[in-house]
Amino acid sequence: MSEVRYTDQHEWIRLDGDTATIGITKYAAESLGDVVFVELPAAGKAVTAGGEAAVVESVKAASDIYAPAGGTVVEANSALEAAPSKVNEDPEGEGWFFKLKGVSKDEFAELMDEAAYKTFVDGL
Amino acid sequence: MTDEILRRTPLYALHLELGGKMVPFAGYEMPVQYPAGILKEHLHTREKAGLFDVSHMGQAFLAGDTAALERVTPAEVAGLKEGMQRYGLLLTDQGTIKDDFMFSRLAGEAELYLVVNAGTKEADFAFIADRLNGAATLTPRFDRALLALQGPAAAAALERHSPGISALTFMQVKRATVAGAPAIVSRTGYTGEDGFEISLAGADADRVARALLGEAEVMPIGLGARDSLRLEAGLCLYGHDIDETTDPAQAALLWSIGKRRKEARDFPAAEKILGGAPTRKRVGIRTEGRAPAREGAEIADKSGRIIGIVTSGGFGPSLNAPVAMGYVEPACAAIGTPVDLMVRGKPLPAAIAPMPFVPHTYRR
Repeated sequence: MSEVRYTDQHEWIRLDGDTATIGITKYAAESLGDVVFVELPAAGKAVTAGGEAAVVESVKAASDIYAPAGGTVVEANSALEAAPSKVNEDPEGEGWFFKLKGVSKDEFAELMDEAAYKTFVDGL
Repeated sequence: MTDEILRRTPLYALHLELGGKMVPFAGYEMPVQYPAGILKEHLHTREKAGLFDVSHMGQAFLAGDTAALERVTPAEVAGLKEGMQRYGLLLTDQGTIKDDFMFSRLAGEAELYLVVNAGTKEADFAFIADRLNGAATLTPRFDRALLALQGPAAAAALERHSPGISALTFMQVKRATVAGAPAIVSRTGYTGEDGFEISLAGADADRVARALLGEAEVMPIGLGARDSLRLEAGLCLYGHDIDETTDPAQAALLWSIGKRRKEARDFPAAEKILGGAPTRKRVGIRTEGRAPAREGAEIADKSGRIIGIVTSGGFGPSLNAPVAMGYVEPACAAIGTPVDLMVRGKPLPAAIAPMPFVPHTYRR
């Protein structure tokens, strides 16, 4: 049973057991426009909640992606190197960015759930 | 700047209707893209035809002793033939670039028709009027709209609304009727593609734009693709690649100075500009990999010494690769010189490259 939470910077984090998968939301992907390059963190890198973890480049501009929660990177989505457009096509699925281990349950629980995130986006 | 009142072009309602994502640009609310997105809009323009609203640009007519315009530009104005348009630089008293602009001499007309950049238009017009000091009279036409129809199918699409217009060749200009509206049409543009620019009364713009968009080949194109198209074409964006700190020699725009003007050296800082020893040069840059370097990225030589700066950088959809232009020390400006672009503190391997990055397809 997996659970998904959201940040006010439009990242999503899905917790499956003790592995968390992170990506950007559909709202973020649509705002960025066509993604042409994603710079991903290397496996083994420690990230902190709210810290810079990745960079996404659209035709227009570069944007930082922040870790929704702290942890250690165990895998980056290498498919995005050849096909960065997956971020636009399936941002909350195949367009995931990286996976973390050791995510604090407390940090995760503080993030917005789907209903709260929807309310947040509707208010923008 | 949040309480700045933004102006709208006559196509504002059409942009909204087409789903344009409106952003502030040069004091106007302009579409950065439509629902198709920048990549598709860019590629469509290179494959078929794109329609751009460039009504925010500054249009004006110059009457009187029009050759007096040579006081503010090193371009050949007096010798411009009827029916021709030309690119020129507006120079400061120090010989740096105040703006770049187009000027036209319409057949049988005494006035010159000018188009300057949107963000600089008020200042340009005030500067020109001041320097001409009554010898010629400049009349800004903020009421006029300007459309650009660009791409390999532009001629066929425009011909259906303006029979005979495709007889124009690159840099020619004439008065014509487009979809029933009186217009000034030139075979010019800023994408590197064949295409046209159409100046018309603001009141006619919406109807003419809709008529052109009704053609199967034509898609509306926003500012995002306009920028990626001009960058691939190696064309300068004023305020970024050229400004009041750069001169025509540094900017590799000496070709825009008329032969007679070069001989007469009758423009600001002519000796310095024509002296053959610019302190830096504008170059094209291609990077390895897919990470783009943006405006402001430093350019380093292979020993790590900073030799210049990127002034325009992004992703070139037609090349499916990043492209950039910037300024480097003249000794490092040769095609093929290996350099690093500093992106997020890391060196991105790159090399000085010829421009245009995508060949121009003007109809000569």
